[in-house]
Amino acid sequence: MEKFTTLTSTAIPLNIENVDTDQIIPARFLKATDREGFGKNVFRDWRFDKTGNINDDFILNQTEYNGSILVAGDNFGCGSSREHAAWALTGYGFKVIVSSFFADIFKGNALNNGLLPVQVSADFLKVLLSTIKENPSTLLVVNLEAQTISIKDSSFKESFEIDAYKKTCMINGYDDIDYLLSKKDIIEAFEKQKTY
Amino acid sequence: MGKTLFDKVWDAHVVDAIENGPQVLYIDKHLIHEVTSPQAFNELKERNIPVFRPDQIVATADHNTPTQNQHLPIQDALSRNQLEQLSQNCKENNITLYELGHKYNGIVHVMAPELGITRPGMTIVCGDSHTSTHGAFGAIAFGIGTSQVAQVFASQCLLLTKPKSLRVSVNGKLRNGVLAKDVILYIISKLGTNSGTGYFCEYAGDVFENMSMEGRMTVCNMSIEMGARGGMIAPDDITFDYIKGREFAPKDDEFDKKVEYWKTLPSDKDATFDKEYFFDAEDIEPMVTYGTNPGMGIKISQHIPETSDASFEKSLDYMNFKKGESLINKPINFVFIGSCTNSRIEDFRVAANYIKGKQKAANVTAWLVPGSKQVETQIIEEGLKDIFDDAGFELRQPGCSACLAMNDDKIPQGEYCVSTSNRNFEGRQGQGARTILASPLMAAATAVEGKIIDITKQLN
Ligand code: SF4
Repeated sequence: MEKFTTLTSTAIPLNIENVDTDQIIPARFLKATDREGFGKNVFRDWRFDKTGNINDDFILNQTEYNGSILVAGDNFGCGSSREHAAWALTGYGFKVIVSSFFADIFKGNALNNGLLPVQVSADFLKVLLSTIKENPSTLLVVNLEAQTISIKDSSFKESFEIDAYKKTCMINGYDDIDYLLSKKDIIEAFEKQKTY
Repeated sequence: MGKTLFDKVWDAHVVDAIENGPQVLYIDKHLIHEVTSPQAFNELKERNIPVFRPDQIVATADHNTPTQNQHLPIQDALSRNQLEQLSQNCKENNITLYELGHKYNGIVHVMAPELGITRPGMTIVCGDSHTSTHGAFGAIAFGIGTSQVAQVFASQCLLLTKPKSLRVSVNGKLRNGVLAKDVILYIISKLGTNSGTGYFCEYAGDVFENMSMEGRMTVCNMSIEMGARGGMIAPDDITFDYIKGREFAPKDDEFDKKVEYWKTLPSDKDATFDKEYFFDAEDIEPMVTYGTNPGMGIKISQHIPETSDASFEKSLDYMNFKKGESLINKPINFVFIGSCTNSRIEDFRVAANYIKGKQKAANVTAWLVPGSKQVETQIIEEGLKDIFDDAGFELRQPGCSACLAMNDDKIPQGEYCVSTSNRNFEGRQGQGARTILASPLMAAATAVEGKIIDITKQLN
């Protein structure tokens, strides 16, 4: 997993609530057996119409908006547990998703793929969305060590929560498998004496 | 202080804890399928890590399988490849697989309970969010991502922070025509799609106590649609009777011993929950959804609310519905009875009971898709297939089918489908398809009438 410390980038404002993982990556693209290639189909049915034409209204297709941060509406990543959603977002180039609320499974999947979910207050989100919409060159600074997100060169800043263990993993690029494998002895001992 | 059902099962599975961090939770059963497992197998292979406990894993092919001509080679090359990979991965790692055509094949959340694999007090995971279904047995069951599938392969454990507890109680007597599906759609319509996030939900009260295991599975199945990681119902005699005698259930003395243990699991009287909700059974009617998330549901007698915010309007726009309108008499061309929410034998009995002696409306394409091979066999043996055939319905072969439209079972652009599945997201049943979630009874009635009706008018 890639390490994550700080990121300064422009962002894309996706002002839609309840973005579910079926929208992030529709089921018909789940037939691949590796993790590659999902990025090109991220938000497929919003980016393209049924005949494959580009939908100019959709924010990802408006080239003035770009960057590796996606700022999205409330309750991002609900629905299917498909980790393909995280792969599609990282494949497209996102490193941070900002929202006022994340669905559980998506949040875990994102963290396991070096994609940082930054949960901010509803008010902060509102300002972010409108500021970026107005000025696409707005730079956001995400500092994982300090657990803060801010608009560059402004006093507009908020701190965010992250599980201390997950933070260490992100900063060092470790994943849970490394940790669990180091606990093999304890797991085997548990199996021998479990009471249920 | 007393413990909840969830506490009891969770605490018994904690292997270790990281200071100020997650706990290491032991997983008893790991269910896998073709779509969310291949990348996990690859990861293990790349890192040279063996599968730790292959005998605690059971695999099935369900998401990406055809529901017709299952004996023939699969046409779509990508789908075929995905299924071949699953077979190969299971073979290489000594994992039991119920592949396409096997007598135990079926949707993972239908197949495991009916084989007695799912049991009270267990921890069960699967790379599928509706793993919450198995909570109907008093198990902790939840969906995981593919990285976590790899973690369980490697260690039979997961690193998790213990969720908070939530209890939803429904008491009273359900009205005629109100099924388990209506109960859960009602609850989600009241609580919203993220009220359960961060929580594990226990369903309590006499409505659930009196429910069949099939009904309880329907309810727990949709826990994820209110954001909860899982749902649970206390195991009781209905649970034990369901499990007894099933293929992989404990036998004889061992079964009795287990029952003694399972009886200790229900929440203690003085247990407290972080959040509680109470509902009245009499307030529930047959439900339909009108929007693009499962929380956007109304009683059949109600009208679409007059809310005005951007997401709500986007949703109605997609569905081509208007604020304030009723869904009664909406013409419908597609009906889907299937998915891990409603494809068990009881669901087909309900449908057949309604359909018997009637005819499918000419405008309707109806897909009846059993949840498993065993359900399919039962449908035939109980004579339900004859009822469906006589009424002009076609029974298809088991799989996830139009629930997620990964195979050929897609609803065409712009068409409405009254569906017994669990998600009405944009495009879930096919690009541009418009899904209306409902019970199998409402779905059967729609198929016969060619439009949505208020079923209670016919029953009373
Ligand atoms: S039937 Fe639908 S919800 Fe259930 S496992 Fe299959 S795809 Fe998932």
